[in-house]
Amino acid sequence: MATEAIYPHRDPMLKKRDDFEDMLEERRNSSDLRYALRCYTPVLYKGLAPCKASMLKSMVLQSDQLHHVIGQVSRETGRAADDVQEEASAILEEMAHCLQLSTVRFFAFTLSKVFKTLFRSICVNEEGIQRQAIQEHPVVLLPSHRSYMDFLLMSYILYTYDIALPVIAAGMDFMGMKFVGEMLRMSGAFFIRRSFGGDKLYWSVFSEYVKTMLKNGFAPVEFFLEGTRSRTSKSLTPKLGLLNIVMDPYLKGEVYDINVVPVSISYERILEEALYAREMLGVPKPKESTSGLFKARKVLSEDYGSIHVYFGQPVSVRSLAQGRVNRCQFNLVPRHIPRRPSEEIQSFVNDSAYRLVRAQEENMVLKPWVLLASLLLQNHHQDQTAGQKRGMVLEELTAQAVWLRDMFREYGAFLHWPDHVPPSEVVSSSLSLHRGLVRVCEGRVQLAVEQGGQVKPGEPHSTVTPEEELLSQAVIVLSCASYRNQGLHVFLRPALLASAINAASSNLKQEVFNSFSFLRNMFSNEFILCPGATVQDFEEACYLLVKTGALQVTQQELLVTERGQRTVAFLTSMLDPFLQGYQVVCRFLCEEATENLTEKQFVPAVRKFIIKHLLAGRLRYTEVLSSDLQKNSLAALLRLGAVQKIKAAEQGTLKVNKVMVNSLEDTLGGRLPTQKAVGARL
Amino acid sequence: MLGNTSDRQRIAQQRLRIIAGHLQGPVDGDSAILAAECKAQGSKTDVCREGKTVPRRRQEIMKWNGWGYSDSKFLFNKKGQAEFTGKRYRLSGMIIPGLKDWMEGTFGANLQHKTPATPLLTSSAVQPATLNKAFLEELKSTGIPFSHDAEDRVFRAHGHCLHEIFALREGKFGRVPDMVVWPNCHNDVVKIVELACKHNVCVIPYGGGTSVSSALECPPEETRSIVSLDTSQMNRILWIDEKNLTAHVEAGIVGQDLERLLNESGYCTGHEPDSMEFSSLGGWVATRASGMKKNIYGNIEDLVIHIRMVTPRGVIEKSCQGPRMSTGPDIHHFIMGSEGTLGVVTEVTMKIRPMPEYQKYGSVVFPNFEQGVACLREVAKQRCAPASIRLMDNEQFKFGHALKPQVSSIFTSFLDGLKTFYITKFKGFDPNRLCVATLLFEGDREKVLQHEKQVYDIAAKFGGLAAGEDNGQRGYMLTFVIAYLRDLGMDYYVIGESFETSVPWDRVLDICRNVKARIIQECKDKGVQFPPLSTCRVTQTYDTGACVYFYFAFNYRGLSDPVHVYEQVEHAAREEILANGGSLSHHHGVGKLRKEWMRDTVSNVGVGMLKSVKDYVDPDNIFGNRNLL
Repeated sequence: MATEAIYPHRDPMLKKRDDFEDMLEERRNSSDLRYALRCYTPVLYKGLAPCKASMLKSMVLQSDQLHHVIGQVSRETGRAADDVQEEASAILEEMAHCLQLSTVRFFAFTLSKVFKTLFRSICVNEEGIQRQAIQEHPVVLLPSHRSYMDFLLMSYILYTYDIALPVIAAGMDFMGMKFVGEMLRMSGAFFIRRSFGGDKLYWSVFSEYVKTMLKNGFAPVEFFLEGTRSRTSKSLTPKLGLLNIVMDPYLKGEVYDINVVPVSISYERILEEALYAREMLGVPKPKESTSGLFKARKVLSEDYGSIHVYFGQPVSVRSLAQGRVNRCQFNLVPRHIPRRPSEEIQSFVNDSAYRLVRAQEENMVLKPWVLLASLLLQNHHQDQTAGQKRGMVLEELTAQAVWLRDMFREYGAFLHWPDHVPPSEVVSSSLSLHRGLVRVCEGRVQLAVEQGGQVKPGEPHSTVTPEEELLSQAVIVLSCASYRNQGLHVFLRPALLASAINAASSNLKQEVFNSFSFLRNMFSNEFILCPGATVQDFEEACYLLVKTGALQVTQQELLVTERGQRTVAFLTSMLDPFLQGYQVVCRFLCEEATENLTEKQFVPAVRKFIIKHLLAGRLRYTEVLSSDLQKNSLAALLRLGAVQKIKAAEQGTLKVNKVMVNSLEDTLGGRLPTQKAVGARL
Repeated sequence: MLGNTSDRQRIAQQRLRIIAGHLQGPVDGDSAILAAECKAQGSKTDVCREGKTVPRRRQEIMKWNGWGYSDSKFLFNKKGQAEFTGKRYRLSGMIIPGLKDWMEGTFGANLQHKTPATPLLTSSAVQPATLNKAFLEELKSTGIPFSHDAEDRVFRAHGHCLHEIFALREGKFGRVPDMVVWPNCHNDVVKIVELACKHNVCVIPYGGGTSVSSALECPPEETRSIVSLDTSQMNRILWIDEKNLTAHVEAGIVGQDLERLLNESGYCTGHEPDSMEFSSLGGWVATRASGMKKNIYGNIEDLVIHIRMVTPRGVIEKSCQGPRMSTGPDIHHFIMGSEGTLGVVTEVTMKIRPMPEYQKYGSVVFPNFEQGVACLREVAKQRCAPASIRLMDNEQFKFGHALKPQVSSIFTSFLDGLKTFYITKFKGFDPNRLCVATLLFEGDREKVLQHEKQVYDIAAKFGGLAAGEDNGQRGYMLTFVIAYLRDLGMDYYVIGESFETSVPWDRVLDICRNVKARIIQECKDKGVQFPPLSTCRVTQTYDTGACVYFYFAFNYRGLSDPVHVYEQVEHAAREEILANGGSLSHHHGVGKLRKEWMRDTVSNVGVGMLKSVKDYVDPDNIFGNRNLL
């Protein structure tokens, strides 16, 4: 397997990681103003003189690539070249950053104030920051994206450590926020439209702009590989557009190498916690607006725990491409003529993207609350099945958390569990930080679903329909699930194996593998599973389960050991909500989907269907209401060809292959052996 | 360049020679007699013929395990100063004060740490010759001189790749030819090839022995007797045709003899590869050579009018000497670049030109390499390149600087200081970034001066400053002594080599940067303890691109298998070149060193075409050096 070389098989516990230091500590002990005004002299790439924003713009406008495309557009549309040139110039004007140190200093000052009120600490690995700062080659920063805070935080850190400030690709929606948009622009953000599919000129200006900055080493380029904030705390399937652009200069030989730095930002408590949950439940997200931001200031009074920012090992694009890409393919066409990337390059960029997202995942710091949320959610579901509302005894929760902690560690998770504090204290302090989500009463802990979420003070809450109550419970559950999801990547592969063992009709290795491979394929839109690495993942999962004594592997069979029962049960129930969710979506498509169901109508319709089932008690998992899960499952079905998009006049309608969807549902539910449903497609 | 007379004297002498040449009457009459009596002449050529550089026993004047003449070499004298021995070159007999510091600074070399070469060739270490008795008997009856002396054989078993010289210095020999023959004329070659076919003997043609592509290495798997066919004694100018400006020359003549003899008649070919002291006309044809002054005279393919080659199938040649023909694919192009796999080139008709009236060196300093390349590109665009224009990068500029001989007058060194001050302080050039272009103009005095002005005007637009003739001339000297310098390096743990490519203009900067960086990185990865020298120059310009030349050397102290490391790095560098749109070779050829990339370079069908030519011309692989394919 080609991917084998990428993930050398090794014990995850042996991973070496840097130490953290708290950035806020110094801020609490010295003047913020002096800090904001201090001398900022970052080392520049190869001693380059910094480039003014205006100079950068003219370099872009005079580039061969843009010249070529302007000529092309002008020929195709019959517009005068000057006219097109002007349009290009306007696009660039709308897009370009204009980094100003004074604005950065302003942010340095205000953010210091804000961060100190919001967070207990901001921990960063200084070694990692210094590692990426050695600017032998142009640098691309790839932070994970969980909050609006992310990119301000990144610039704040780099400013603090006297490192060249990045230019950041931001979505155009920020531009809507009048004043703030400009402020962000002046602190290094440049704005790109969310979709510009066929617009050649836009793409050309955009890619040339990014490449010019990168090639000349004017500034590190920063963007979010996941494209948007993950509302679920699971990493999102990487978007390839920008990655393609930043790798291009290397592939075309315009720079010797490019260093890509995955950065993992983990929040103990996410600012947008409830916001995300509402959004996924169909309460539309408020449009970004300045006034909205001020309304959000009430968050200032709360405690959001700590942030951990880990700068991972820089990845050299050259070494990624070694033996994978034949760069000679660019020899025969002038390099400035834009061309679609070849299949070889597409698959290379795709694999690299997955690898980088996994690198982000690996260095995500997990707090004890992640374990607690997982346990409490499982308990919540058990209670619901049993029709009780008892919660968990605190001591029991603590004991289970300690068990889970050890398992996490064995799986190589980057877990921050203070070992010098007694576990009970760790648990209670975690619970108190997240008191919006849990309730402790009479020594028992349970999710705070009874409160009916957080009802806004202005709203009347006299008549609460069962549906509204369900939705408000779901807010809590989804928030909780998002914390559980933070740790999903740690045991995703073992969990897929555990579920596969459960589903397979026998213990035969081949059968379990088939089942594993089916599940993995089914869920590859849901989780970060590198394409083509099935065997790899299977072996990794076996390795981990064997290592922890939960599994015995013989020549032919996989056997769960006595002591492994608990692990396997835990792992299976981790994945169960997703299994159930995908089945429900399948059922919806079989039972209720009409001929002209459009893609747009899909989520509301499936949500209605699910609410009905939840209220009727035919479904245990409230979190299935997550539109994220619903969209992912649709994407999976589309990928597998069980549903097809038919292009209609206005928008695509969904054509459902009911036989196939039905058999997929049965296979997910374990009612059908894997091979039949797998078919030739899988 | 050769000899230690000053330029002015040299030009005066050339003038005299031109006049003398005219007075001496037609040369061709004389040569024609020689050609007719080739065999008689051949039988009494044991002594080095007057005026000809290369004797049959090359070891009489050349090193057996290094570059060039035995009497010329760099060494560190008792005072620890570098000095160049002998009397042949401008640099000969001079002290080069800067070289020691440069070697220590660049490579971390140390005069205390020596790696001396095995002083003598021990014949017993050479494999005994596998002789084909029947072939030998018949060869004897032809009267063509031959030898199976170990020294003669070893001398023809190698070119000048690093690994070849390194092995010789250690006294190690692999497969060597089993005998050497010295044909005296075309007909001798015809006989030898006939006999070789008859007795199934492998023939490897040998010209000047300056190959840097492992082309002369005997395939170790070859079980037949290997005959090295040394063309060095076929070295006459057979006739000169002044009406058409052509000369018909035997292919074994070496560059310096060809130029000297033509000069005597007032002509030149203008083909001056850096190896011209030793490389032969036949070798140029067989490898598609390129000369320094190709901008005026053209490369070998532009210079050649007619070729005669002896193949196992017979003699191939065209029937007339028309300047251009539309007669299907040009058969010359099967011959040029065939690298000795199809036959032996015996005679060539070449274009000649009257000797230029005036020559002038020059140089331009640029603030950085980028500006320099931009200037060369503009010069190429305006098609006003002088006879030669080369752009050295900063490292190479410093290298050239280190070769400045000791100056006798305080005044000169004061002037040098002043120049440096002007460029670095007054003009603000960074001494660690600036680079220099060296120029050579040739032609009518007036036109040269006009041309010079045009080029300097362009250079000025790219921030270039004229930096004098001396800098220019030294730049060209570097290319003649670099091979001698490598021998000095090898005495002190430093190994290195040069390699080249050609690349479109838009890729020049990228390829220079990336290949140099790749070399540095690979050295680091392979455990080289000292930073390597990794430098390049743009050495030829064309309408659409340029030829780039890389030097690469490192101090190998602490490495157990330096040659292997060296080869890995060179391999990686070549991959980098190809990945950056560079060609497999501009003029060194493919040989066996770069064979593995041929298929990617010319496509499957291309390889198939070449193969089928080989199969037709030489079905029994008599010319079995296994180059190219």
